[in-house]
Amino acid sequence: MPVSDYLPFIRPPKARFVTERGEPVWGVMAQFDDTAGAFHAAEKMRDAGFRRWDLHAPFPIHGIEGAMGFKRTILPFLVLGGTFTGVATAVGMQWWISAIDYPLVVQGKPFGAWEPFTMIIFELGVLFSAFASLFIMLALNGLPRWNHPLMRKDRFLAVTDDKFFVVVQANDPSFNPEQTSRFLRDIGASAVELVEDA
Amino acid sequence: MTSLHPDQVTAERLTGGRRAEPIGPGLGSDGTLNEDPAIRSPLVLSDRSLHDVTEIVCGYAENAPGRWWLPMFAFTATVATVGVLMITYLIITGVGVWGLNNQVGWAWDITNFVFWIGIGHAGTLISAILCLFKQKWRTAVNRSAEAMTIFAVICAGIFPGIHVGRIWFIWFVFPIPNYNYIWPNFRSPLLWDVFAVSTYATVSLLFWYMGMIPDFATLRDRADRRLRAGSGAAKICIRCPITGIRLLKAPFSADRARAFLYGLFAVGWNGSSRHWHRYEVAYLILAGISTPLVLSVHSIVSFDFATSVLPGWHTTIFPPYFVAGAIFGGFAMVLLLLIPARELFANMKDLLTLRHLENMAKILLVTGTMVGFAYSMEFFIAWYGGNQYELYAFKNRATGPYWWAYWTMISCNVISPQLFWFRRLRTDPRSIWVVALLVTIGMWFERFVIIVTSLHRAFLPGEWQMFFPTPVDILTFVGSCGIFLTLFLLFLRFLPVFPMAEIKAIMPQGDPHGTGHGHDPTIGHGGDFTGGH
Repeated sequence: MPVSDYLPFIRPPKARFVTERGEPVWGVMAQFDDTAGAFHAAEKMRDAGFRRWDLHAPFPIHGIEGAMGFKRTILPFLVLGGTFTGVATAVGMQWWISAIDYPLVVQGKPFGAWEPFTMIIFELGVLFSAFASLFIMLALNGLPRWNHPLMRKDRFLAVTDDKFFVVVQANDPSFNPEQTSRFLRDIGASAVELVEDA
Repeated sequence: MTSLHPDQVTAERLTGGRRAEPIGPGLGSDGTLNEDPAIRSPLVLSDRSLHDVTEIVCGYAENAPGRWWLPMFAFTATVATVGVLMITYLIITGVGVWGLNNQVGWAWDITNFVFWIGIGHAGTLISAILCLFKQKWRTAVNRSAEAMTIFAVICAGIFPGIHVGRIWFIWFVFPIPNYNYIWPNFRSPLLWDVFAVSTYATVSLLFWYMGMIPDFATLRDRADRRLRAGSGAAKICIRCPITGIRLLKAPFSADRARAFLYGLFAVGWNGSSRHWHRYEVAYLILAGISTPLVLSVHSIVSFDFATSVLPGWHTTIFPPYFVAGAIFGGFAMVLLLLIPARELFANMKDLLTLRHLENMAKILLVTGTMVGFAYSMEFFIAWYGGNQYELYAFKNRATGPYWWAYWTMISCNVISPQLFWFRRLRTDPRSIWVVALLVTIGMWFERFVIIVTSLHRAFLPGEWQMFFPTPVDILTFVGSCGIFLTLFLLFLRFLPVFPMAEIKAIMPQGDPHGTGHGHDPTIGHGGDFTGGH
């Protein structure tokens, strides 16, 4: 997703294709009506060598990673960073407060004993991981983003109900409005529509 | 039959091929109670399409609810208001308005806290643990159980807050730098509890919200579609339910409000498969970390008692015993709420089948028996440990002045779930509901027995005192039930009650390899799985 989508003062890249009315072409979307059809279309898109394309679906389709040919996300490693931040916060806070800033004699135990700290270390580790998994997931997905060229299409609103859409962006190296549309029809799309840029 | 793949049988049943198959004798069944292991019971009934699921679930949030909703909401909101008034009275007067005394310094307040936080554990259990074990039936109940968790934790959070007496000092429990240069004591289980409960509330909220993002997107797109078609333009108009006089007319239509609010919380979700992939990984991580979290939270709640030296509290069995009790009480509350909802909402029986209820009844039986084992083990250790104070504390529980509370607990928690050994009783929603009600009562008494009977007889007979609740005690608890039910009714009215996207993914129509050719490795037929993991 280009940076210019988020920062209005950055000039967007020049459109490769424009419509008859002069609007830049964002891409092409093709509707599929059932899961199996969308899944097999994804396999054909992958084999045809498209790069900037996506399959929009109302639910996560099993095995779609392989059918679309993308790699597993690095999200878990980033979340692990959140876990370590939480653990470090808990260790630092409890140790500094209990052993340095406010040493309190409780049952004659050492001020810096680690055993009583384990509960809060665990809790804060979980808390930070949970925040990390939600917000890093959204960030990697480029969300929140409350407008999108696809959302202007009436047909596309059924994507959260029961329809599937294969979308090819105009900045894909092998994109061509006519050829790509024909290809999408050939692999079984029930409707193909040009998507203008917002 | 055995040569067929379970998904194939299910698909045939769903498409009508096997609808007439005989089911267990004499059962008023919806066809999901088949005991044949070769047949996987369908998770969604009546041959529903993907669009039907959207229509059913969104219908609850979009259409006017049944005539029962408003009177019930008015009633629970009134009860909730009484609770708020009682809390206000407590704060402006002092904890003396409760029946607490020198000896019994914790009574209904902490009983209510542990009761509600225990109920709050079923949501995360259903969502997280059943998700990790790939139990697909969780989709029928997980959303409402998660909602129930949030509302129960809200009710739980009220009580430790107000029982400190001077609530304006409640910030002392958090490690906040202050002008007195004092810090909380990190060796205290009460402080661990603050962190555990607030972490639990936050993580449960994130989990609940994350699950709802795709469903918010569905509600947003439906409202948007109606607006574009010009059919959703009628302005919101609130009329008096009795006289019909117009009370309020909003300058926007209901669909405009839906498109804005659901759209705001849907954060622009558009169903991209690349997004779904990261979403599923993130959801699995949340499930993975919530599972030890849910176990840790009630363990830490039990440390509030177990790390003291009081007879009846100072036992090592407390953490597992509390966790089992929490799951037990939480499932009972899920059943208590969903069995009536299933009757009151149209088509909910297609998504929440008798099989789902039976599964939960079995969990009640298992956890109820575990709790019963813990009760007997406490007695055994009190005798075997040879500590006379400990043994006295337990004899006093069963035969002392609070014997009625103890035996209420035993009959509700240990005896009543044993009815579920009978198939007829664990497949009938009415008997399940009655047992769930008894269990909820029993679990409240369990906490009362643990807290009050241990406190009212300390080491010296000169310290012995009784606890009697005042009307304020009682009305505060009743009020917390009102707050809980009010929030739950609002949830049923305005939010997606079922996880639509997850239900669609487990339906035969959601199988990318066509119906009848399953690829799910969890059912022992992993060999034909050709997907791209």
